[in-house]
Amino acid sequence: MKNLDSIFWAYILGWAIFFGFFVSIAKRSNDLRAEVDRLKRSLGNSQEK
Amino acid sequence: MAKRVLLGAAAVLLVIAAAYASFFVAPEERTMGVLQRIFYFHVSCAWAGLTAFSIGFLTNLLYVWKRKDKYDWLGVSCAEVGVAFTTVVLISGPIWAKPAWGIYWTWDARLTSTFILWLLYIAYLLLRTLIEEPDRRALLSALFGIFAFIDVPIVFGAIRWWRTQHPAPVIMGGPNSGLAPGMRGTFFFAVFAMHILMWFLISERYSLEKMRSDVELLRQEAEAT
Repeated sequence: MKNLDSIFWAYILGWAIFFGFFVSIAKRSNDLRAEVDRLKRSLGNSQEK
Repeated sequence: MAKRVLLGAAAVLLVIAAAYASFFVAPEERTMGVLQRIFYFHVSCAWAGLTAFSIGFLTNLLYVWKRKDKYDWLGVSCAEVGVAFTTVVLISGPIWAKPAWGIYWTWDARLTSTFILWLLYIAYLLLRTLIEEPDRRALLSALFGIFAFIDVPIVFGAIRWWRTQHPAPVIMGGPNSGLAPGMRGTFFFAVFAMHILMWFLISERYSLEKMRSDVELLRQEAEAT
């Protein structure tokens, strides 16, 4: 099983990149969702005034 | 939401099944042995990346023509996903090359054109961060995206037009190319799995971009009141 470590690293690093990319999308989405809530609240407050 | 979860679950299961098929179903190649199994991952990622850039190119053209936000959102989503896939290609390739060629990298036509492609789309993504006005950002990045796409046919043709270090194509490579039947099934299954993963990531990224546009509208509304 010569070169099995190369295959292992190629797959592990590749999957890590996809996973990291997906996590970054999820994190950015959560931040934006929080921003939407904050803006809606501030718009609601200014309309009440 | 349920559709997105289903697409994500399908993508993960297919990618796992493709990895299983690459290791345990496909026959071992005679000269390279186990090392050849990187091919199923490396090439399927390359194809998915080029498909993402091609969809991005079409949406860039559509944006210039129709000036609708959805084409801008899809364009940037495809570019980012294409960059992710090309990054995997640029990492898995040298990992294969070291034991096969004795070197990680050489400035061969395919490797160089792929690296330039990656740099062009990184530049596309950076360009978007530099322009604040949404319509101007969308138009300039669409025009840059159309320019960047010129490299995609060069990447595709590099191993067909010039004979350098990178292995010759086994698919669409002429009369002396091809894959053994056992390898062909696994390869096209891996390509299919990576395209489902690509589509899932594009749809997630598209939702993010749409939400970003909603935030910009809300900010403008908040500033006006």
